[in-house]
Amino acid sequence: MSGLKNGILVAALLALGACTGNPWDDAAGVGGPGAAGLGAGSALDPQSPAYFQQEVGDRVLFAVDQSSLSEAAKSTLVGQARWLTANPDFIVTIQGHADEQGTREYNLALGARRANAAREFLISQGIAGSRLKVVSFGKERPVEICSNEACYAQNRRAVTVLAGGLTG
Amino acid sequence: MRTYLASLAIGAALVGAAFMATAQTAAAQDGPLRIEITDGVIEPLPYAVPDFVAETPAAAELAREMSRVIAADLSGTGLFREIPASAQIAKINNFDAPISFPDWKAINAQALITGGLSVNGNRVTVRFRGYDVFAERELGTGLQFSGTTDGWRRMAHKVADVIYSRITGESGYFDSRVVFVSESGPKNDRRKRLAIMDYDGANVQYLTNSAAIVLAPRFSPTGDRVLYTSYESGVPQIYVLDVGSVQRRVLSTDEGIMSFAPRFAPDGRTVVYSQAQGGNTDIYTLNIETGQRQRLTSAPSIETAPSFSPDGRQIVFESDRSGAPQLYVMAATGGEARRISFGSGRYGTPVWSPRGDLVAFTKQNKGRFHIGVMRLDGSEERLLTASFLDEGPTWSPNGRVIMFTRETRGENGRALLYSVDISGRNLKPVRTPDGASDPAWSPLQK
Repeated sequence: MSGLKNGILVAALLALGACTGNPWDDAAGVGGPGAAGLGAGSALDPQSPAYFQQEVGDRVLFAVDQSSLSEAAKSTLVGQARWLTANPDFIVTIQGHADEQGTREYNLALGARRANAAREFLISQGIAGSRLKVVSFGKERPVEICSNEACYAQNRRAVTVLAGGLTG
Repeated sequence: MRTYLASLAIGAALVGAAFMATAQTAAAQDGPLRIEITDGVIEPLPYAVPDFVAETPAAAELAREMSRVIAADLSGTGLFREIPASAQIAKINNFDAPISFPDWKAINAQALITGGLSVNGNRVTVRFRGYDVFAERELGTGLQFSGTTDGWRRMAHKVADVIYSRITGESGYFDSRVVFVSESGPKNDRRKRLAIMDYDGANVQYLTNSAAIVLAPRFSPTGDRVLYTSYESGVPQIYVLDVGSVQRRVLSTDEGIMSFAPRFAPDGRTVVYSQAQGGNTDIYTLNIETGQRQRLTSAPSIETAPSFSPDGRQIVFESDRSGAPQLYVMAATGGEARRISFGSGRYGTPVWSPRGDLVAFTKQNKGRFHIGVMRLDGSEERLLTASFLDEGPTWSPNGRVIMFTRETRGENGRALLYSVDISGRNLKPVRTPDGASDPAWSPLQK
């Protein structure tokens, strides 16, 4: 997917962002940490949700039909745990997602597995379970909408969505 | 074309005593007109349904429209082929006048349906008869239905159900409804709301707004209530909605715990569903009157998409305990499960047929999706469809037709409803005003 297309998608998502009731939900970080190249090492407040999304990385990706965490995913989650430790006012909801290759019911269950895998890892890093809610969206909320592996890989994800700490 | 019934008793028992007397008389020299729809190849049976006779001045328009709905029902099955009015020789101007059978034989109409309609105020009465043209006799006895004018489509469906049943020996499915998820908006922000319509796509009515994602509605055994999953509270929870009052209430009340994939048991009180806790999805039942809950599975694998047998004694469900999703059957109280799917690929969303003899399912194999059916021992697997994404079968009340969701690929991918006969014939889209998914077919209405 080209950078231009990504940019359009981000804009589209931002425009639609209000729907979930969570203004930063999925709107940024489409490319993951460092991928966007927009203002990396920028003036973002390290305690801001935007910093969490763009610099720490708010999501981890999964292989087809899997809920085990890759080394890259663990590394991202270590960063998330560090940030959450430093910002104890935030609670989070971890959203588990699946690509469209699967039935609705199975994908809901698979998304729950993925969200829980991220949650368990954050707990192992010292984050209190009471701060970590989970929800699965199955295949209901893809972030990329093409029907090939390039998009599917981005859709098989667990996204750590911040709540509290700031009004939105 | 003309198939004679080998065993008269089977057909007659299904259509009632009134018909039996007629059928037995006629059977002496000539079997009743009959489509044997279990046969492999079907030549659609040619029939005519001339405009019903308007017996009061106000009935003129409805008389014509009613015959059109009946024709759409019958021809829509793929089992019947209408001979158009332009090819007809005789005119039916008087419902009670004798039929000129030679005129209908001449155009090879095997069956003829006539009707008379009267409208008085908002009351409408339809009288109708079916004829076996070549035997020159009635198919059963004439019947009459009365109702209000706004229910005229249902009356037409009831007429078609009677005709269908008299010719096929099976109950019909036209006087039924479908609850589904109406979809709009882009793929990454689909707006979903519950809707209900007649089985043929008429009379769409919305049951929820699109503020929260809703999924997979399922009718109660009497068709008066609908179970569904909604993200109204932020996490998926199970709701029950009264179709008449459109009042809803949440059934799964564990805060923050995901519950989904609900279905009624045949008793209309027990709900079987899935719940995800600690990332593990299992199957539970809930008595919605007492609130009593029972956990039926406790494996670390995914157990979901449960569906009761028509006698309420067993549950077919989907589990990936073997590594990939497959179909299993267990007792309604839980316990050991027996795997029934052994073909290549992944199997999901099993639904027990209303006749009890088959399971419809979604199969994913080599990058394609299929709707299929198999027997309860896993034998005689038959794939009925193939596409980029077919899923979520639901049975017509008579177990003859399956409706499902078909989604197209890519950025502009869109979900629509399709139906297919369990023989794999007659695949066709179901008309909906917008995108649509997750259909559930009601029982025949009373």
